[in-house]
Amino acid sequence: MKSIRLFAAWLSAALLMAAATAQAQGTSGQPIKIGIGIAQTGALSGGGKAALVALQLWVDDVNAKGGLLNRKVELISYDDQSSPAVTPGIYTKLLDIDKVDLLIAPYATVPTAPLMPLVKQRNLLLMGNFSFQVNHTVKHDMWFNNAPWNDASSWSDGFFSTGGRLGATTVAFLAADQEFAQNLANGARELSKKLGLKTVYEQNYPPSTVDFSAMIRAIRAAKPDLVFVASYPNDSAAIVRAVNEIGVGPSVKLFGGGMVGLQFTPIMESLGSMMNGIVNYNTYVPGMDYPGIKNYFERYSKRAIAAKVDPLGYYITPFNYAIGQMIEQAVTATKSLDHKVLAAYLRKNEMKTIVGPIRYGPDGEWASPRVITTQFRGIGDKNVDQFKLPGKQVILSPASVKTGEIVAPFEKARK
Amino acid sequence: MDLLLDAIVLGLLVGCFYAAVSVGLSVAFGLLDVPHIAHPAFLVLGAYGTYMLNRMGWDPILAGVALMPAFMLLGIAVYRFYYETFERRGSDAGLRGLAFFFGVVFIVEVGLVMVFGVDQRLVEAPYIGKSLAVGDMRLPLRLLVAFAMALVLTIGLSLYLSKTFTGRAIKAVAQDETALRLMGANPVRIKQWAFGIATAVTGLAGALLIIVGPVEPTIDRVYIGRTFCVVVLAGLGSMSGTLVAGIILGISESIVLTLLGASWAPAVSFGLLLVMLGIRPQGLFGR
Repeated sequence: MKSIRLFAAWLSAALLMAAATAQAQGTSGQPIKIGIGIAQTGALSGGGKAALVALQLWVDDVNAKGGLLNRKVELISYDDQSSPAVTPGIYTKLLDIDKVDLLIAPYATVPTAPLMPLVKQRNLLLMGNFSFQVNHTVKHDMWFNNAPWNDASSWSDGFFSTGGRLGATTVAFLAADQEFAQNLANGARELSKKLGLKTVYEQNYPPSTVDFSAMIRAIRAAKPDLVFVASYPNDSAAIVRAVNEIGVGPSVKLFGGGMVGLQFTPIMESLGSMMNGIVNYNTYVPGMDYPGIKNYFERYSKRAIAAKVDPLGYYITPFNYAIGQMIEQAVTATKSLDHKVLAAYLRKNEMKTIVGPIRYGPDGEWASPRVITTQFRGIGDKNVDQFKLPGKQVILSPASVKTGEIVAPFEKARK
Repeated sequence: MDLLLDAIVLGLLVGCFYAAVSVGLSVAFGLLDVPHIAHPAFLVLGAYGTYMLNRMGWDPILAGVALMPAFMLLGIAVYRFYYETFERRGSDAGLRGLAFFFGVVFIVEVGLVMVFGVDQRLVEAPYIGKSLAVGDMRLPLRLLVAFAMALVLTIGLSLYLSKTFTGRAIKAVAQDETALRLMGANPVRIKQWAFGIATAVTGLAGALLIIVGPVEPTIDRVYIGRTFCVVVLAGLGSMSGTLVAGIILGISESIVLTLLGASWAPAVSFGLLLVMLGIRPQGLFGR
């Protein structure tokens, strides 16, 4: 009888141990899945493809170190085709079919916006990816954007404060007739009002505009002190060409502001010296030094060339790598994949990333925005390597990273 | 007043560019009645071909001319495939013909993305980024080049269609295919040749596209509405009408942009089209 009891106890213990081992193997054997829908085709794919290269680089780095919580990390991505219509479907699939553990938002504002109600309803952590004011009305408390801005004025503050120092009294606005550019232009208009600038020209152009010569001619006739442009990549390149051909006149002290595309290597390479003098927003330029960023760009560049995406990748990609670093820091510190726990950590702690330390405000945007305002100087033609050098884009603001003073008026800065 | 004059002159230049990018479609859709919605995608293909040759040091216009024979062969091959799979079986009508060319659009777009990536591409030439000063007016040289090439293309095509045997055969196939067959000519070969010419012209027009502005693989979508509008406004198959319609569209857009605002400019093309269809359904130069 005693031997039977002993055998039963031994058997129970063996079964329990086997079950525990199996469970442990199941947990450590399964990767931590991170899901993202990101533009690989369509208008946003230039940024989306480069961003995915950066995220995959982080995944490879973290897996080389043994993964997170002793589990490998796996990135599951789908092409959102730059379309907001497909985003909710992609993220529902990621959550319900792929059973991902964590989510990263699509690149840019438009595909992210329709995702916000879903993550708020399901109480999920969402790492934002270069979108603009998508949480402004939703007010989801588990949203953390990687982009170095918060409100609309944080984009154009440097442009208008520089214009104010130059004694500007008039302004012209040229903006694409699309949501993002209009939000940006609205922020600029508010700053312009605060400075007491008189608007002498205002034009919203449709996305299908082929040539900007007539608009640049009208701006020249209006004789503004400042010309604020909120444009998309194709338009930006066409506007810069038109400015070079038509000229904006001697009255203009500053030209630029919110021109998307003048941060992308293929466009910068093609426009070359035509960009000299333009004052524009940016997120990172050579000369800004943070731990690990030099090493990151060396490795990113090799992969980017193979993937046929922006070989320098200063604008978006280090901030995507930073998303991975923030996830890594939060999961490692909390030893958890619970979204509430991770969100609480992200809200309270300073994140250490290759784009510098990040602290979040209550709305999940950067507590201290760091959009930089730069002026193109001494740019030559047909030379990609020049953009790797500090000083080709002189940082005018913010003061914490400033590298030089403005050269004005615009015509003088172009020489 | 100065601004209005500027708007008219710049509109004239942009309008000639519209004519240049539409003239190939005027042959394919206007004369051959092929629902060639892949025409703007072929333009973009021509622009990328020009970009490649420009990287090797070629002038963009020269590159466009050099691409024309290859585009001619491409056009012949595409039409042959379209004929064998659709036209010969009598299934070209309606949505099926459109679906074929939609497929071609996607193949071209995806192919360009895979080969060149998704970034914007530009070309370099001595006439890009510079302008000609006429009094207080500045005329961008790239638009003047597009203007000149548009004249060459439309006049050249008009002469070819009216003065050569093959050209007259192309016009004949558009009017009465059966009669042409009774005359002993093979209408399929004539149409194949005509589609080849339409595509060859697109190669050069693609060069103008990338001279005028930057391109990316999906920029063809911007031109679908405009090119079809120019061709229908002109009167299907009229080369000189295409030039006039392009100029009317360019000047109208430019004046509306200057006086009312740029947001109204896209409405001009379709507004003009609606008015024309109401007053003169056969178009400006249609019979």
